[in-house]
Amino acid sequence: MKKKVLAVLLAASMVAALVGCGSAAAPAPAPAPAAEEPAAAPADDAAPAEEVAEEAPAEDAGGLIKVGFAQVGHESDWRTASTKSCQDVFSEANGYDLSFVDCDNDEAAQKEAVRSFIEQGVDYIIIDPIIATGWDTVLTECEDAGIPVIVIDRTIDDSDKYVSWVGSDFLTEGKAAAEWLKAYAAAQGISEINALIIQGTIGSSAQIGRTDGFQEVADREGWTVLDKQTGDFTEAGGQEVMESFCKSYAGKFNVVVCENDNEAFGAMTAMDNAGVTYGPGNDVILISYDACTAGLKDVQAGKITADFECNPLAAPTVEGVIQTLQSGGTPEREILVPDNWYALADQIVPFAVDGKDMSMIEVTDAVIEAQY
Amino acid sequence: MKIWNKIKSWPLLLPVVALILVMAVNIIHDAAVGDNPLSFFMISLRDTTTNGTILFGRIIDIINRGSEVAILAIGMTLVVSASAGTDISVGSVMSLCASFMCMNLAGYGVSSTTTLAKPLIVGLLAAVLMGALCGAFNGTLVSHLSIQPMVATLILYSAARAIGLLLCNDLIVYVRNPSFAFIGAFTGPIPTPILITVVCIILISVVLKKTALGMYIQSVGINAKASRIAGLNSRRLRFLAYLLCGVFASLAGIVASSRITSADSNNIGLYLEMDAILSVALGGNSLGGGKFNLAGSIIGAYTIQAITTTLYALGVSSIQAPVYKAIIVIIIVVIEAPPFKAFIRKHSAARATKGVKA
Repeated sequence: MKKKVLAVLLAASMVAALVGCGSAAAPAPAPAPAAEEPAAAPADDAAPAEEVAEEAPAEDAGGLIKVGFAQVGHESDWRTASTKSCQDVFSEANGYDLSFVDCDNDEAAQKEAVRSFIEQGVDYIIIDPIIATGWDTVLTECEDAGIPVIVIDRTIDDSDKYVSWVGSDFLTEGKAAAEWLKAYAAAQGISEINALIIQGTIGSSAQIGRTDGFQEVADREGWTVLDKQTGDFTEAGGQEVMESFCKSYAGKFNVVVCENDNEAFGAMTAMDNAGVTYGPGNDVILISYDACTAGLKDVQAGKITADFECNPLAAPTVEGVIQTLQSGGTPEREILVPDNWYALADQIVPFAVDGKDMSMIEVTDAVIEAQY
Repeated sequence: MKIWNKIKSWPLLLPVVALILVMAVNIIHDAAVGDNPLSFFMISLRDTTTNGTILFGRIIDIINRGSEVAILAIGMTLVVSASAGTDISVGSVMSLCASFMCMNLAGYGVSSTTTLAKPLIVGLLAAVLMGALCGAFNGTLVSHLSIQPMVATLILYSAARAIGLLLCNDLIVYVRNPSFAFIGAFTGPIPTPILITVVCIILISVVLKKTALGMYIQSVGINAKASRIAGLNSRRLRFLAYLLCGVFASLAGIVASSRITSADSNNIGLYLEMDAILSVALGGNSLGGGKFNLAGSIIGAYTIQAITTTLYALGVSSIQAPVYKAIIVIIIVVIEAPPFKAFIRKHSAARATKGVKA
């Protein structure tokens, strides 16, 4: 009997722990943006306050514009920045009521989340699609319910029932990295490029764009791409792949391209453990994408040679789209969020992508401070 | 001939053969491309930038990277044996323990730190305690409430990772501290995860050999009712198996988290429960419970890692790698399947009698 009581107690305490975690954490995200709002408001003149004042009467009785956001997950710093940007922009102070769902990289959960938004009767739905296909049914349901859908970051390939896509052009990012490499190698007098690529999650649009963009220039310039393996956009993945590369291609490579910063962190550990030196002036040119704060710190420390941003702050642009729709206008079908390229002063060389001149930003403390 | 018979009846024969076969692929490949055929097996000392001189080689990679699955396989073997079911929550529990540990080490809501908020040992104990709590939860559901193991562990399979995310405030928590990184890095020239795995294996072997625990767990798995009548507390033994499985999952979580000096709750231990179950199966253990062979499971775990490392070494593209992995696993499972073994035995017996007649 004693044991049964113990068993029930244990089960109960575990359930209590679960509930405790749930309730403790649920309100947590809410105060965060709220706490930041008052701090931000006085600094930003009166402009935001005016905006709010204008918007509020525009909406009827309820007042707030209801927005549902089905986010991919929170697999990287980039994703966290994207989430935070949305939570900041679509705050109650700005006249929005945001329903945020973190889909934990589960595509079925994401479609469920969109359906729940329809049931809740939100005014706008924002989707960052985990995968590019299988969306037509759900988007038709949104259309039938008369809710405009805005796609951000990743793309939807098999349906056109959304208003706008807001995001970065990954192909351009890949090309920019390669064109910079070409200019930098020329400036450094490096004649032969032997590159290793640690790819992102196979099939994601970021992986496809960055791999294809880099490969296109590599083929044109006659560079050798020794190997490509996926590190799944994770530090552990980057570490394991680079560990293997250091053995397969010991002494044969002089460029490592990591398709996000987290992979680059892992690759750096692996190269440290193989005695390979990287960064400006060393054996290996390390190129990374995303340019999150931690990544830029490594650029500043002379570890990552150049970092190519994929701007996660899509929310302000999305708000523009929603405002256009609110006032009865038609937003553009494809809207690019401006990306920046980062390096230290000595590594900044002029280059052009598809004939368009690009400028790079020098990494300083102020730049890192301002980065998400 | 006597030795041959002994080898033939060795229970680890097939798992070992499978492991050797996987690695042999590298000899053939290296010879075919004109490299030293044994380059895959070479171990050398290498000077590193941050960790002094370390052991360097593919074999070291396999043993090092296979640590997490090997540790999980220990717990999984006990669970499979005692309850004829699998604990599918271990991957998520790994992630939860890692998150809880890093939350303690960094302080709640802190996403990146280089100094520890609490002593390292507090974080480690917190992780192990959380693993034990999860194991106790699973164990209670299975042993005392008689819920099917897969259903019972399905709860934490889906919930544990999510709780870990909440603990980390939905962030990747970086603890870039050398004393913490040490667990996933090197002790002298040897990767620390290898040492941790060896200690785990030695500890559990001693306990299973020196006490009757191993026998008790097996007898509960073979027939719980009969064991109870014989005087064993079946419930408590099953509970213990799940508890240990949770603790081993926490150790694997500590190693995985320390390797990347962060709590990446989305990705730590992702799909590792499947690898752990597979290693138990590859080790020649029946998933129907009862008799178990711990050494087999551990060899199975390293076989899985050997496949991954081999695919990297061969430069198989990431898109095709899962297909090759599947083919290799199918071949190994077929070789170890009882009907196939029986077929081979019959075939060789038939040949032997033919020889006698001639």
